[in-house]
Amino acid sequence: MRNKALTIKPEMGLAMTMKQVCQTLGKQFSVGVFALLLTAAPVYAGVKIQHWQAKSGAKVLFVENHDLPMLDVAVDVDAGSRRDTPEKAGRAALTVHLLQLGAGGMNDDEIARKLADIGAEMGESFDPDRAGYRLRTLSSPRERDQALDILAKVLQQPSFPETVLTREKARTIAGLKEAETRPENIAEKAFFKAIYGNHPYALLGNGEVRTVSKLTRQDLIDFYEAHYAASGAVVSLIGDVTRAQAEAIAEQLTAKLPRAQPQAALPPVVPLTQASTLRIPHPATQTHILIGAPGIARGDPDYFTLYVGNYVLGGGGFDSRILTEIREKRGLAYSAYSYFIPFKQPGPFQIGMQTKKQDADTALQVARETLATFIKTGPTDAELDQAKNNIILGFPLRIDTNRKILDYLAVIGFYDLPLTYLDDFTRNVDHVTVQQVRAAFQRHVDPDKMVTVMVGAPEAAAK
Amino acid sequence: MRKVTGMLWVALLALPLAALAANQPQEKILANGLKVIVKEDHRAPVVVSQIWYKAGSMDEHNGTTGVAHVLEHMMFKGTKSVPAGEFSKRVAAAGGRDNAATDTDFTFYHQVIGRSKLPLVLRLEADRMHNLLLSEKEFSKEIEVVRNERRWRIDDKPHAQVQVQLMATAFEANPYHWPVIGWMDDLQHMTVQDARAWYQAWYAPNNAVLVVAGDVKAPEVFALAEKYFGPIKRKVLPVRKPQQEPEQTGIRRVVVKAPAKWPYLLMGWKAPRLKDAAKDSDPYALEMLAGVLDSNNAARLPKALVRDSQIASEIGAGYDSVQRGPDLFEIDGTPSEGKSVEQLEAAIRNELEKIKRDGVTEEELARVKAQVIASRVYQRDSVFYQAMQIGQMEMAGLGYQNIDTRIEKLKAVTPQQVQDVARKYLIDDKLTVATLDPQPLSEKQPMAPPKGLRDEK
Repeated sequence: MRNKALTIKPEMGLAMTMKQVCQTLGKQFSVGVFALLLTAAPVYAGVKIQHWQAKSGAKVLFVENHDLPMLDVAVDVDAGSRRDTPEKAGRAALTVHLLQLGAGGMNDDEIARKLADIGAEMGESFDPDRAGYRLRTLSSPRERDQALDILAKVLQQPSFPETVLTREKARTIAGLKEAETRPENIAEKAFFKAIYGNHPYALLGNGEVRTVSKLTRQDLIDFYEAHYAASGAVVSLIGDVTRAQAEAIAEQLTAKLPRAQPQAALPPVVPLTQASTLRIPHPATQTHILIGAPGIARGDPDYFTLYVGNYVLGGGGFDSRILTEIREKRGLAYSAYSYFIPFKQPGPFQIGMQTKKQDADTALQVARETLATFIKTGPTDAELDQAKNNIILGFPLRIDTNRKILDYLAVIGFYDLPLTYLDDFTRNVDHVTVQQVRAAFQRHVDPDKMVTVMVGAPEAAAK
Repeated sequence: MRKVTGMLWVALLALPLAALAANQPQEKILANGLKVIVKEDHRAPVVVSQIWYKAGSMDEHNGTTGVAHVLEHMMFKGTKSVPAGEFSKRVAAAGGRDNAATDTDFTFYHQVIGRSKLPLVLRLEADRMHNLLLSEKEFSKEIEVVRNERRWRIDDKPHAQVQVQLMATAFEANPYHWPVIGWMDDLQHMTVQDARAWYQAWYAPNNAVLVVAGDVKAPEVFALAEKYFGPIKRKVLPVRKPQQEPEQTGIRRVVVKAPAKWPYLLMGWKAPRLKDAAKDSDPYALEMLAGVLDSNNAARLPKALVRDSQIASEIGAGYDSVQRGPDLFEIDGTPSEGKSVEQLEAAIRNELEKIKRDGVTEEELARVKAQVIASRVYQRDSVFYQAMQIGQMEMAGLGYQNIDTRIEKLKAVTPQQVQDVARKYLIDDKLTVATLDPQPLSEKQPMAPPKGLRDEK
């Protein structure tokens, strides 16, 4: 609560350094988390990734590193919110959340106590594609064994206690009701609904009050049995263990996962066919604006081109046109950005900002003109050079902690990115040309077929 | 919402002793008073540079609140040789990231960049320590950004408003009274001259600490610091008046009305800050008390109020002993649906009574200490954290040399000490309670600027 420091740039700063490993409850779907994935592409040649398939069928990625006496582990399965249905929205999030609240004969108190006793940190991770757990522990045998034993039970022997489910449903519903009052949450929800329509990417993680209140223990068990198979699991490890130990850990964490079942095919993401604008009333002093459409999937051949191009458009902070036009030239907003979030299926392309209510229409117009100009003419040579320099020279910063490398391992494993892809990263960035950026944006971003959401819009507020 | 302050401090301060033996920070004070501290860490070919100015919102005066933060923004708006916006562009072109932050106690600027680029960032940072332009034109745009930042951070965030009111009510004389970002009315009337006066007063080598951490050699950093910062002249700094907060003599309550679904409760008790790292004991016991209440999922408050009685849907406790100004021990929470803030407050008081009456167990204290010990290792994963803990200890006047002392003192806290500080400080005469009274969205009129305060552009 004493996050009192203010920062000049909204995207990083003290607030981030002051967050502990995420606690889980009441969490709202937050695109900030996934935005990181966009930059989490490469692991450079300096990081030696070992890769194998466990006997259980799980895919394993491992970096052996004995610099620090600690171990980081991530386990992910294809059980994110895209596996929800409209009738049972929120089921995927509640399932992963409940794993740690009763497993292997332990109740939630015991699990929490045993982790705390050894100073281990464990938390769930969840997004539209993936569900899983992250564990950080000391690598000394007592601590490591106890931490891994708990994670193994949480993943493989969850008990989904009825009383815990009742309690956590109530907390989730409380969070959903609060979110219904917050402009940023209202905007995000409306935006995803508008760009994804009937596709499950429209279903934000925690679901709806109406759907969560009806979820049963059996719903969660069914979801777990259907989506937590070892064959689809990715185990990522980095730290102070040997290859042999890592192999044993991967088995320990996945051997008893449910038997594989065929995953239901998901519908394709349908491109938008026309532009639309949603103006939603809200008493806030600022208007929250989101503009966008479905963008690209992981592995799209245009990924690097769009990533580098978007640095110039709205991803590069003060180097970007959107922040320059909206903030630096006009003072209309504190934060203004654009990004692509590549999911398994096309994730969103999004422009966002918050501006004083009276300025909202001006800001919207400036953002739209900036986008249109960029799509038409692409970046200048100088802008492209600046983008490439930052991305290429800044490459070591992306992998300067074990935690960052763990994130890369998890993305590479889950999205089936080739290991050579990492070594090729800076070269792929370097190869991007102005013409390619322009062509790729023209292929993937059509301003005439975009959704605009304005929460706390001026006209709406005047009603 | 996870509240982290108390135990987080422990985490931030958690340097392993084994590593310290090999990698103790090294320091040099330049003739102009600039203190340079270097922490070598060679795990990645990256360097972190942070310059800390001991000038935060607590050094401001009424009428120009928020000026420390406005100046932070203006530090990116150009010098004689580096035009507006160029600072970040040049750092970015070299593959670096940069940002800055303003706090009650300090303002700091930082870059993370490939190790070979350290000379670039030190040259830029030294330049804006004494060559800032502060033009009227840039100021008039940037003040709009800051007003928008305030709307985004506070005006449209009910819990942030409650926090602002807690501080404003708990502290009447001390400058912790106002928020770091300042009162909106002060931002509406701020001029470039206010920013210039602030810069002239506080931006000086003898009011700053440069912390460099990462894949560097200390002697090389000292030489670079001498080269770039050495020529900058020291200043006579303004006198800092103590502005002691008078003794609080009774409970205080304040209510915030804002559009929200649920009420929210924030309680803050006046508590001592850490002044002498080696001799003090109460601040350490208070940190452990915060840990026992809420440093992990097994801690008392989440177990008793969220899981067992289910009176709260969210709960947190925090206390940060490392700061320049007067301290608060805080507990906050959101009642479950159908429960009131009064019921939540009663339940929190009940938990505190148990500690005052029965104390805490060795076992739960050991659990908090286990986290302290593990965090000492985990924090080494980030060079940025290592630099930050050095800077924060320096700003609080405690000295980075006491990072170890703090760890040892925390490990030595006894259950009796925890019980004693609960009895001594968590009493109504020291308590301020701020609550959110949630208002429906539909009945709330759109906010119009107060008369005479319309934004002029």
